[in-house]
Amino acid sequence: MTGTAGPTASTGQAGPTGLAADEVLVGFTRALGRAGLAVSPARTAAFLDATAALGLGDARSVYWAGRATLCSSPADLARYDAVFARWFDTSPPDGRPPRPPAYREVPQAGLDRPPAGESGPGPDDEDDVTALARAAERLRQHDIATLSAAERARLTSQFASLRRPAPRRRTRRRRPDLRGAVHPRRTLALQARMLGEPAEIVRRRPPVRTRRIVLLLDVSGSMAPYAESLLRLAHHWVSGGIPIEVFTVGTRSTRVTDALRDRDPERAVRRAAALVPDWSGGTRLGDTLKDFLDRWGAGGCARGAVVVVLSDGWERDGGQVLGAQMGRLGLLADRVVWASPHVAKPGYEPVQQGIVAAWPHIDDFVAGHSLRAFDELAEVVTRA
Amino acid sequence: MTAAVASPADLRDRLATTGYLCDEGLATIAYLTLALDRPLLLEGEPGTGKTALAEALAESLGLPLIRLQCFEGIDASQALYDWDFPRQILHLRAAEAATRGALDGTDAPGPDDVAELERSLYSEKYLVARPVLRALRESPCVLLVDEIDRADSEFEAFLLEVLATHQITIPELGTIRAEQPPIVVLTSNRTRELHDALKRRCLYHWIDHPGLDRELAILRSRAPEVSAALADQVVHLVQELRRDDELLKPPGVSETLEWARALHVLGLRELDPEAASAAVGAVAKHHDDAERVRLALRRLVPADGSSAP
Repeated sequence: MTGTAGPTASTGQAGPTGLAADEVLVGFTRALGRAGLAVSPARTAAFLDATAALGLGDARSVYWAGRATLCSSPADLARYDAVFARWFDTSPPDGRPPRPPAYREVPQAGLDRPPAGESGPGPDDEDDVTALARAAERLRQHDIATLSAAERARLTSQFASLRRPAPRRRTRRRRPDLRGAVHPRRTLALQARMLGEPAEIVRRRPPVRTRRIVLLLDVSGSMAPYAESLLRLAHHWVSGGIPIEVFTVGTRSTRVTDALRDRDPERAVRRAAALVPDWSGGTRLGDTLKDFLDRWGAGGCARGAVVVVLSDGWERDGGQVLGAQMGRLGLLADRVVWASPHVAKPGYEPVQQGIVAAWPHIDDFVAGHSLRAFDELAEVVTRA
Repeated sequence: MTAAVASPADLRDRLATTGYLCDEGLATIAYLTLALDRPLLLEGEPGTGKTALAEALAESLGLPLIRLQCFEGIDASQALYDWDFPRQILHLRAAEAATRGALDGTDAPGPDDVAELERSLYSEKYLVARPVLRALRESPCVLLVDEIDRADSEFEAFLLEVLATHQITIPELGTIRAEQPPIVVLTSNRTRELHDALKRRCLYHWIDHPGLDRELAILRSRAPEVSAALADQVVHLVQELRRDDELLKPPGVSETLEWARALHVLGLRELDPEAASAAVGAVAKHHDDAERVRLALRRLVPADGSSAP
């Protein structure tokens, strides 16, 4: 299909390999197509036009002609350079700008970098693609706390594929819309502008917005095996552009939203962790929640939001304070979701002091121990 | 158009006379835009001179620049054309009054008169030309479709037809065709992926932040009042900030220019951490970034004023 050189290819000189120049160029576009660029006959024709306009004199002209006509996203450019270098056996022209950052894509680090000293039989050893896929799926369902460090490192690459929640809310204000109730003032204003002639009927209705999410991550000692994964989950959600605030709770509340806005997940998690003074400390959930509500929550952050508490509910100080504070939170928030890593364990009963105290104020109680559970959590939050 | 542009190098020289300094790739692709009559789609981070290229093209070729700023919800009546309804009604009322006056003496208006009246309502007189229609009529000119990614994807389809055929069909009036296709430059900040059909019709170029030498040259040509030492230090610092990739929003060339000008207005001839911190809002647009820029300032520029690079 790409074999048609196009009527516009005006050059007929022989190329360096003895082939006609057009054949060399069309072959180049085919190679690009195989490399994954969206090459079509129309694009090929445009490429030939462009080379004709610039002259076939040197490789630079061909390079720029192809780059302008055959690429259409920053991701294409790197592939284009590689194919160009191979096909014409010459490196791309010097002085060209450095690779553009693919900044819409969130990189996920740590895929093939298991920590030193780890030699567990990871899925690395398997060549079979299906076996790899199966291993990845197993990993997703696995309780994070029971994973080896190597497996956990592999898991970091999979956060990018997790679902992000999008809870909806109707706003009070109404905006012009194609459907909805008649907007009397606008309709009349439009008629007035048309000197009283009948005009279009303007309608309005309340727009649907994304409801804010507040994540409270328990980073106390009992949650230590999950803490890093919770931060990665929070980073993934934050990078989705939804209105969200993230706090860590343990013995005090710390806002880590800004740190998690970093594009690079590794750096974001490091930065957030550096902010938290009570990492792997004790648990005083009740006091911490009070601290959160006094400093942030009551100020508007938790008001009308979907609040997600990711905690095992292990409370040192008994449940009285926690119960009262959860009551406050329940009144402020639109919905309170509690995700505990223990829910999925066989024989689990919500009998921990913290959970018992918080129970009356929780709307949804779900699992939070694996990537699969995080996916389901996103679903629950979306429905909230 | 003024004298035809002979080669990419020729175009680069012409752009340079307006103060727009571009590299080989951009000059070549801009030349192809002129030579092949194809729209040019520029993508890149904010502040890398996408809009400025269209302005420089227009200035260097001596053509008028017609700008269409896209926004969410833009529609054909804001981009192509609209009818001046109040004036049409006035015209109708005036005609009504005239016939009523005439009716006293003679007979009622015939069907021919009515048809004639209707035709006169939809004449050029009452047509409000919006940027795209203006560009087709006033061509040769440069049509800048700015931030196309902000418009809805339905709007791209409108634009496609115009870009492909260089003509607009107005049902009441007929087809308006450009004698000579306008030079079209589209810019996108890549907040969403554009439709493939639109991309296919365009030449594509990704504008990146310029390298050290080029950015310095741009600063010297755009803000000649800034002292050489200050310009040099500012560019070094900005390049450093971009390389670190620590900032939430890396500064573009326009931020560099703004910062250098701000420091110049503050009376600086050399970078001094204290004073530069005060004007940090010109280069860092996030609170966190401002803090990081201040840190970098302290790290890279010793307090005694002697420059690090």
